[in-house]
Amino acid sequence: MLANANRLTPYLFLAPAILILAVALMYPVGYMIWASFLDWNPSQRIAEADFVGLRNYTNLFSDAAFLESLGVTLRFAAVVVTVEMVLGVGLALLLDRQLRGMTILRTVFILPMMIAPIVVGLMWRYMYHPTVGILNRTLKSMGLDPVPWLSDGGWAFTSVVIADVWQWTPFIFILSLAALQSLPKSAMEAARIDGATGWQLIFYIKLPLMMPVLIVTALLRLIDAFKVLEVILVMTNGGPGLSTEILALRISRTASEFRELGYAAAMSNLLLILLMVLTLAMFFYGKIMDARAARIRAEAEEAV
Amino acid sequence: MAAKNPQAANPAFYALLVALIFMSVGPIFLMLATSFKLNVDIMSDSSALFFFPTIRNYETALCDMLWYEVEHVRRCDPTFGRALVNSLIVATVSTALTLVIGCMAAYALVRFRFMGRDTVSMTTLMMRMVPPAVLLVPVFGIWTFQYGIDGTRFGLILIYTAMNLPFVIWILQSFIVQVPIQLEEAARMDGANPFQTFFLVVLPLIKPGLAAAAIFTFRVAWNEFLLGNALADRNSRTVPVTIVNSLTEYDIDWGVIMATGMLLAIPPIIFTFVASRQIITGMTAGAVKG
Repeated sequence: MLANANRLTPYLFLAPAILILAVALMYPVGYMIWASFLDWNPSQRIAEADFVGLRNYTNLFSDAAFLESLGVTLRFAAVVVTVEMVLGVGLALLLDRQLRGMTILRTVFILPMMIAPIVVGLMWRYMYHPTVGILNRTLKSMGLDPVPWLSDGGWAFTSVVIADVWQWTPFIFILSLAALQSLPKSAMEAARIDGATGWQLIFYIKLPLMMPVLIVTALLRLIDAFKVLEVILVMTNGGPGLSTEILALRISRTASEFRELGYAAAMSNLLLILLMVLTLAMFFYGKIMDARAARIRAEAEEAV
Repeated sequence: MAAKNPQAANPAFYALLVALIFMSVGPIFLMLATSFKLNVDIMSDSSALFFFPTIRNYETALCDMLWYEVEHVRRCDPTFGRALVNSLIVATVSTALTLVIGCMAAYALVRFRFMGRDTVSMTTLMMRMVPPAVLLVPVFGIWTFQYGIDGTRFGLILIYTAMNLPFVIWILQSFIVQVPIQLEEAARMDGANPFQTFFLVVLPLIKPGLAAAAIFTFRVAWNEFLLGNALADRNSRTVPVTIVNSLTEYDIDWGVIMATGMLLAIPPIIFTFVASRQIITGMTAGAVKG
């Protein structure tokens, strides 16, 4: 009896979680995969929709607007992650010292990540405002020409990138600072005794030792960059033209404005596959690093 | 590093520190200032810092929840007050649900060996990255046509709980692993059943982890827009949805909108100042144990 109860215990602990995940997450994802093969609009029940096979997918790759938005998404993710990694890691290397006020900086740095993306979009839209915004006012008071922050395609993309950099550089800063401070002191001491300069220390000791954390951080950030939606929705709603219409926004518009649920599902599916690949990459990278660490440890023990 | 740096007090570093703090707080401060301004002050060319602060914008947004009549509001629009109540209910209930269910699941995954364990933990890992945009179409379809819970708070609570569960399970695992198993064995010896062991011994020990998980969950449920927009009707709208709805192409009432934005931002700001350490621990655990 007791043995029986014991064997059931883990399942009892798991049951509520599995129930909710099955009903509200796994079922919807499966539903979406099925819907991506249908010609379906919001006024129909799904059973009434016509099965169209792979048509939604083939249409996607000849749809200029979709390809444009895919390009915008990839460009956005690449630019944002690169800039944030360089800035975040750079600042962490620079500020890795005992300064009074570091705690304040770390606390304050979390703020942009914690407040609603909607609000972040709102703040930046206000600052970018052509007449009342602080940026153009400052430019004007310095006697410079105002910049069409959100109304010109090229500038709008830059503006959106700036807002994201403001919001997420702190994330990378905090993680790389934590990584830096947990590096083994002995390696640094040894290098310094051997006469390494500050730059050599950074490039040959610190960065290589931090690399595992940095790679995971970059991947996490990349995954998030593909999910960005609200900030851009509030700032530009994808415009002007399609210059800032990232994939998540395109999906939402296809579903609600163009009312083509099957087509939107096909796009969602592609986005999901993209994110899945990145997540798996992160997972296996972690596994490989664990295995390598275990092997090194085993070798070290053998040597003793 | 620090020990080797007697010259750490270099003023340039402090200048950089102050500049960074200023840059990250500046936009938030600007929003706060604008929310206390009359529209004439917002539009005027004069300096942004000198103005006569007023709480009118907040009164306009919350007009139906105040205990006094607001005379400058001609027709009171109860949308925002209602949305605030909805947001509070949805975010709080879904956070509580997620935490209870999530830490039970995390405990099972850490402490028991059972059939299907690897499948479950692999599935939660994969489900972690499903973004709201991907769930938009299926959740709209299922909630409307099959479950019949579109336009209700329960519908929102269900999807937010499901969205947060994988992350919470996964982050709590790393905290539960650190609980010494001897404590649990001792409790078991004294005759506690697994549920008593869990609720009376393990839970109190992982409070910091629970705090971090609670904050991250609340943040997602409180801030989410896309699914809230697709599922909610007039009566169950949350704050982010009302804010986006009141954004029009031209003629935006910046004062009122900034006041509503500020109200939406206040809970996360409070959490940040109260529990920044837990938040940082949660974030770091996230990356290091990717």
